[in-house]
Amino acid sequence: MDKRNEALIDLLYQCADDDLLVSFRGSEWLGLAPHIEADVAFSSITQNTMGHAVYFYRLLQELGEGDVDVLAHERPAVKRRNAVYLEKRNGDGQYDEDPYFDWALAVVRGYFYETYKRVKLISFTNSSYEPLATCAKRILPEQRYHLAYWEEWMKQLQQSSPTAKEKIRTRIEEAWSLSLDLVDFGQYEQTLLIEGYINDPNELKQQWLSELQSKVKDLPTRPLEQVKNGRNGEHTKDLDEALTTLSEVYRTDPVAQW
Amino acid sequence: MYHYLEHQKGSKTNEDPILYDNFMQRIENGDKIEANDWMPAEYRDTLIKLISMHGISEIMGALPEKEWVPKAPSLERKLAIMAKVQDEMGHGQLLLRVTEDLMKPYGRNRQHLMEDLLSGRLKFHNVFHMPTKTWADAGMVGWLVDGAAIISQTNMLDASYGPYQRALQRICKEEVFHAQHGESIIMALAEGTEDQRKILQDSLNRWWPSLLMFFGPASAETTGSSKQEITIKYNIRKSTNEELRQAFLDKYMPRVFSLGLTVPDETMHYDDVQEKWIYQQPDWNEFKLIIQNKGPRSKARLKVREIAYSNNSWVREALAVAGGDRP
Ligand SMILES: [Fe+2]
Ligand SMILES: [Fe+2]
Repeated sequence: MDKRNEALIDLLYQCADDDLLVSFRGSEWLGLAPHIEADVAFSSITQNTMGHAVYFYRLLQELGEGDVDVLAHERPAVKRRNAVYLEKRNGDGQYDEDPYFDWALAVVRGYFYETYKRVKLISFTNSSYEPLATCAKRILPEQRYHLAYWEEWMKQLQQSSPTAKEKIRTRIEEAWSLSLDLVDFGQYEQTLLIEGYINDPNELKQQWLSELQSKVKDLPTRPLEQVKNGRNGEHTKDLDEALTTLSEVYRTDPVAQW
Repeated sequence: MYHYLEHQKGSKTNEDPILYDNFMQRIENGDKIEANDWMPAEYRDTLIKLISMHGISEIMGALPEKEWVPKAPSLERKLAIMAKVQDEMGHGQLLLRVTEDLMKPYGRNRQHLMEDLLSGRLKFHNVFHMPTKTWADAGMVGWLVDGAAIISQTNMLDASYGPYQRALQRICKEEVFHAQHGESIIMALAEGTEDQRKILQDSLNRWWPSLLMFFGPASAETTGSSKQEITIKYNIRKSTNEELRQAFLDKYMPRVFSLGLTVPDETMHYDDVQEKWIYQQPDWNEFKLIIQNKGPRSKARLKVREIAYSNNSWVREALAVAGGDRP
């Protein structure tokens, strides 16, 4: 495989795996949101986002990487390209037994992720890889609502009770320490740029940060950090647990029709 | 849809006889009663009990299937079951709103219902106290529990209370998709590998008593109370528990058999003379225990609900402070 192709495939895995992990964490929240209206809205966002993961996995399937369900369920953690912040558990406890999930994490992560995703998708609309540009154009209209939804939550919680402000502030700090790899394009960045598959990553990062600065209070002034780089297949045990859960039934018989 | 005739005693009404007679006349004429119309306390209280149990059962009913949402065996199944569970939450929302309007004169709201659920005062339907042990159970709930719900709610599609009747019309449309979703999971397993067929049959065996119990006991003697059927008197529902169970068996037994499945009851057959299904009664004592939150998963599911409720209380408080429309 030539380097161009390798780079492209790596990029598509980043996009697909990001959306898969975000929607997996969202699916764990189902039925547990602070009120029923939020539950229904969050679930719509989660379904759309999982749908986006499917689009990206399909592009990979077309490039000969294998069936979408194989790609979503069988790849080990070291092959996954999602950003580490996105695999982080929703809080403490298990979703079906003792879900001590933190809504502040859901809101901050939802807002940070969707803000970046929007910047990234807009840049993809002029990607030299036509199918990626088409895919971005398909996703963008509904993604607008996802961003608007989390933005509204951020706004409301940042101007309410001292508890809420503090919880949001803590989760922003945490996001800051974990999400540098979100704006990374991994080992093939140069090739991706030269081939015109992506726009300048530094520009995207700056666009993202200035978008956050214009909307969010208490943003840290230090540079973004990361503990591991998910774009290189470095992950935490949270991802291992997520993969075990999401493939539990699938693994009982990967070739069966389900 | 998630309730049964409770054979309860009609409270002696101290209502104004003229208003009451007018009201009953409207019921008999098939008029729809609206939230702000005059209604006897007995009617209001019956509706509150019925619709709050229905609504809260939708919300508790989301949990057994939700346990399988992150685990569903393909992306397509993950999406479908997520959409289905989301619908159930939506049904809960719709019904709790209808209940809230009815409770307004009593100064009670949704928060009170949630607290009643957690304290055990408000019951949820027997099927949702049961464990879902395998993926086949996720299909079984969609196929036969939602299938039973369709039978039971069709029975109330003409209910005299307008807001409930309209909510049911909408819910019913979605339930048809739920049953199809469940059937699709079941079909894949039935046509699948030996192991897939095995978990399917095993699931039906385990769910069978709960499905028979779904419609409630046939007669008052079973539960030890003998009272008049208020919901029928007020034209909220039409058929009895047993009539609904027979309709369920009419519809689903042929499908069960055509998939090559069996039910764990050797006496089960259709009697041509009596024109009804003969089946072995489930253990109604167990039923009573289950609906008193003493079923196998009652405590665990209430605990999940309780954690979600208390753990998110800071959000509800924050929204009250922010004062805007909640997102
Ligand atoms: Fe429902
Ligand atoms: Fe349903």
